[in-house]
Amino acid sequence: MSIFVDASTRLVVQGITGRDGSFHTRQMIAYGTCVVAGVTPGKGGQTFDGTVPIFHTVTDAVRNAGANTSVIYVPPALAAGAIAEAADAGIRFIVCITEGIPVLDMARVIPFVRERGSRLLGPNCPGLITPGVAKVGIIPGQICKAGRVGLVSRSGTLTYEVVNHLTRQGIGQSTCVGIGGDPLIGTNFIDVLGGFQDDPATDAIVMLGEIGGTDEQKAAAFVRSSVTKPVVGFIAGQTAPKGRRMGHAGAIISGSSGTAEEKILAFEAAGIGIMRRPVDVVAEIRARLKA
Amino acid sequence: MPDGDVASTPDEVEAIARRLDRPVVVKAQVHVGGRGKAGGVKLAKNSAEAREVAGRILGMAIKGLVVTRVLVVPAEDIVSESYVGLIMDRETQRPVFMVSAAGGVDIEEVAAATPEKIMRIAVDPRYGLFGHQALGLALSLYPDFSQARAAAKIMQQLYQVFAGNGASLVEINPLITTPLGQVLALDAKLSVDDNELDRRPDLAAPRDDSAEAPSEVAARLAGLTFIKLDGNVGCVVNGAGLAMATMDLVKYYGGEPANFLDIGGSSNPEKVVAALKIITADPAVKAILFNIFGGITRTDDVANGIVEATRQFKVSVPVVIRLTGTNEEKAFEILQAVGMRALSDMDEAVKQAVELAKGAA
Repeated sequence: MSIFVDASTRLVVQGITGRDGSFHTRQMIAYGTCVVAGVTPGKGGQTFDGTVPIFHTVTDAVRNAGANTSVIYVPPALAAGAIAEAADAGIRFIVCITEGIPVLDMARVIPFVRERGSRLLGPNCPGLITPGVAKVGIIPGQICKAGRVGLVSRSGTLTYEVVNHLTRQGIGQSTCVGIGGDPLIGTNFIDVLGGFQDDPATDAIVMLGEIGGTDEQKAAAFVRSSVTKPVVGFIAGQTAPKGRRMGHAGAIISGSSGTAEEKILAFEAAGIGIMRRPVDVVAEIRARLKA
Repeated sequence: MPDGDVASTPDEVEAIARRLDRPVVVKAQVHVGGRGKAGGVKLAKNSAEAREVAGRILGMAIKGLVVTRVLVVPAEDIVSESYVGLIMDRETQRPVFMVSAAGGVDIEEVAAATPEKIMRIAVDPRYGLFGHQALGLALSLYPDFSQARAAAKIMQQLYQVFAGNGASLVEINPLITTPLGQVLALDAKLSVDDNELDRRPDLAAPRDDSAEAPSEVAARLAGLTFIKLDGNVGCVVNGAGLAMATMDLVKYYGGEPANFLDIGGSSNPEKVVAALKIITADPAVKAILFNIFGGITRTDDVANGIVEATRQFKVSVPVVIRLTGTNEEKAFEILQAVGMRALSDMDEAVKQAVELAKGAA
């Protein structure tokens, strides 16, 4: 078991012939992900690497190849349209890797996706991986190991750092989910925490947050009210100055709101184990799984 | 909007004031808030006085920015001042209008002290601001219906500006009423979402590079995200989350980070060279720390960049390199061939960089 992706995942790659799309499609196939189709308008009828059929539209990929999950590697100006297309085609789970999508585009497309009953992960995220089963996105498969710790994060390489510590100490993961660093995202911490709480294959949860906004504070309240499994957390950006965007469009302290201190206090109040350093994930998880 | 014009010399200011033929306000045009408090906004009773205040405002520095242009507008008699703003709100994931009859002051102070004085409406950006929504907001400011209708029209125009320019914030502060009952927008501010700039180069054209630190401009042109800080450990990292965590770890081990720097995902050697150039230009930097976790980023690309940089210019402070992930064996070989070595553990690398910076200070 796992959340969002599993052995039934049939993936369509939107933007499969682009530089990033083609590179990561090969990586996903090599990892064992069931990639059933690609979409590049104008290249319908061709095949990718001689094995994956390419279609003009996502609807064609759903009808002809039975795709049920999509991953998007298209340029920022076209990405919101690609998300809407996937939702209109009946794709239930849409993962958008693209960074740099105008926020007004996201404000329009997020309700569009919700009204069609689909889930969007991202944008500006590394995707997710259920180790040993499937990966959708760009998380390097070789640093992960199948196991029973669920991980949710706003960031990419920080996730790799923490997962790497877990794997090297023999602690495997059920699913690792990157929700993205933008201010407007389709799936938030609470959605993923709820998924892990309900997942019988997950025993404990790691949550990697950062400065900006109030998602971590809300997630902490949710942990207190609705999560019985042990949770450990980390907040990046304790040394970040106010009012500056720290790389991620959403990582900004506005006025005095969204600071690392207020998020860490919220975590502590919810009984979440605080990781002061990425490496502390191992000791915190071990301590809480024993308790 | 009131009549008026922009000028860059006291002579031009005098000419505009003479044409308007009434008391005027001379306003510094710089991309920061708090201009009034800094003395960048002055009233002048006539054209001679306008010339005189312009002479004082032009050339002055406000928050580090030199004033090269001023706006000259008729001075209005003010009966009331309101605030009208529109921001992209993370909570509702929509543009949210905020209006308050307590205008003319810092709206964040109003929001903190008396939040009940601010009325809010979330707009569905697929439909825009409906007429009844604008009127509802306006009636909360003005009991007089004709004033409310005028204010509602201004709000709808403001929404068009927001949606048409991919703004993350627009505000009118203050929106005033005059003794004759007119509703006028006296000052406005627009912040554009950075992500709009690629498809709307026209929006980037008015960007004022002098408003940013030179190292940050150089980084932006090189495709790097760089933020200058006060410490002495220079940081080069791939990925924003790991970059923040690296700065935090520098602090944890007793050091101070000199910067935030994200070289991005698919880093090529040139980006690494540019990053090193920018960091070594800061005399405060006493040690440089690379922290690279290779996923999409190939660590051998980064190693090649480091070697290339040391060929192009002298790096006179110690460099600590942590590389792990994609192609790390290759990367270690590349560095070893020139007598450099890399670590694979983040904590170890941070500790070394902090110690080296302390030793040099």
